[in-house]
Amino acid sequence: MKIIIIDDEPLARSIIREYLQFHPELELVAECSDGFEGIKSIQQLQPDLIFLDIQMPKINGFEMLELLEAPPAIIFTTAFDEYAIRAFESHAVDYLLKPFSRERFDKAVLKYKKSGKTSLVKENLTPLLNTVLSGPADQQRVVVKLSGKIRIIPVDEIHYLEAADDYVKIHTRDGAFLKNKTMGHFESILRSSQFVRTHRSFMVNITEITRIDPYEKENHLALLKSGARVPVSKTGFLKLKTVLGL
Amino acid sequence: MSRSPISVSAFRNPFLGWWIIWGILHALLILNYGYTPDNAVLDSLVNNGLLLAACLLISNILRYYLPQRNTYWYVLFLSITFSLVVTGLSNYILKLPASSGSAYQIFLSGAYWIHLGISFLMIGCMSIICVLWYTQEEEQENRQRKNDMEKLSKEAELFKLRQQLQPHFLFNSLNSISALIGSDPSQARKMIHQLSDFLRASLKKEEVQWVKMEEELQTLELYLEIEKVRFGHRLSTRIEKDEKSLQFLLPPMLLQPVVENAIKFGLYDTTENVTIQIYVKDENDSLKVIVKNPFDPETSTPRQGTGFGLNSVKRRLYLLFARTDLVETEAGDHVFTTTIKIPRHENYHH
Repeated sequence: MKIIIIDDEPLARSIIREYLQFHPELELVAECSDGFEGIKSIQQLQPDLIFLDIQMPKINGFEMLELLEAPPAIIFTTAFDEYAIRAFESHAVDYLLKPFSRERFDKAVLKYKKSGKTSLVKENLTPLLNTVLSGPADQQRVVVKLSGKIRIIPVDEIHYLEAADDYVKIHTRDGAFLKNKTMGHFESILRSSQFVRTHRSFMVNITEITRIDPYEKENHLALLKSGARVPVSKTGFLKLKTVLGL
Repeated sequence: MSRSPISVSAFRNPFLGWWIIWGILHALLILNYGYTPDNAVLDSLVNNGLLLAACLLISNILRYYLPQRNTYWYVLFLSITFSLVVTGLSNYILKLPASSGSAYQIFLSGAYWIHLGISFLMIGCMSIICVLWYTQEEEQENRQRKNDMEKLSKEAELFKLRQQLQPHFLFNSLNSISALIGSDPSQARKMIHQLSDFLRASLKKEEVQWVKMEEELQTLELYLEIEKVRFGHRLSTRIEKDEKSLQFLLPPMLLQPVVENAIKFGLYDTTENVTIQIYVKDENDSLKVIVKNPFDPETSTPRQGTGFGLNSVKRRLYLLFARTDLVETEAGDHVFTTTIKIPRHENYHH
């Protein structure tokens, strides 16, 4: 069984390495010190199980998982994050609280083996990520993948969002990025005082709006600083008016 | 309960002196009209004695029932009632020994309105003095209470702001020690000592109001040493200080959240090696501390730079110096700079 450790602290990796010596059937194939390396190694080496830290540079453990198409089984390792721990518990995902003993580590490994390789973890991952990535604090950034490269977009830099089949198109100064999520997802993670769903398929950053013009019957068009025009439906216009205080 | 003006010697003694002079003048006046000294003294004693009693009574009444705004009519009513009672009573008493039809008896009946007027003036004056006095006392009490309350909540808040040792830091350090015990026991032992020294310093500092920069810097260096063990080669530090600045006093653990912020911001915002720079200097007789950390302008919004850590520093400095301009941040080209100025504290000594 192939194992990868992803943690930014060298000593935190070394203790897992040490505990792994007692499980010769588990083969450590890579150690990564951040999420970018993690994604690369997981795609190349296809591990069965990863030990994943949450607080890491640039993108955290959850954001890294979100970018994986077929994540392996995961045992989270974290020092102190009440919110994440509550999420793990409610989604029955295993986690190790640092510092952890060898006994506790062995128990986690045993639990993984018992779960029969197609781990419990995988099934529970989507609801877990939905919980942890949509709060408690409002989202500050969105992580996307574009032809193998990872981009971190601060939410203030989003001009508007547009629904496109199974994806959402995130329009920014540097162009549009696709993210495999629904408009509803973005509606729940973005600050409602800044982002307004003006239309079934559009959501706009109100700080980008320069003008709102009437357009056909009861509809409107919002003109953005970038020059883009975003459709505003009748109910969308009402929502906009409330948020803008008109 | 507020003090009565009579209980304050600064008021009581002149008040009694004034009263005695007034009594003597009163007697002399009646003597001047050609009545006997007996009559004059008795008239003055009875009249002024009753008036004094009425004044003391009214001061006590107002002590318990101070009129609020719009109820000053109550004071006027009280003064009129008291003057009527005093005048009626004194007239009644003075008439008892005097034989009816005597000149003094006739004088008494004639002087009724003058007596009444003077009583009303006296009692009225006393009421006004008392109302002003008690209002002022009450206000002073309120002010005092407000001050006490503010001081209490300020202390509680300062205490809370100082208490924010990161549990994350503690558990991660323990995890590093746990790893070192297997691979490098002597380094593990060293880290235990550093961690204990750091914890002891931060606990000790909870009890004092001000510490020397020298001491604060030692604690910060301990903290950074521990973080260097955790993050390995990724973290390095550069500290520059001038001798004079080390003697300045500052609130304990004030800089801790600033450095924590710099580390968090620096280490978690890039995957490269990170140098945290700290400069401590004396500038125009106040202490200036500059903390610099790298950051990535592409992915950080300026808002992130003023996280909770920096807000607590701002709040503490505001509570201590009533100034909001002591913390400045600047997001330059890949370097985030936090500048903190600490005015000279009066307890400062060489």
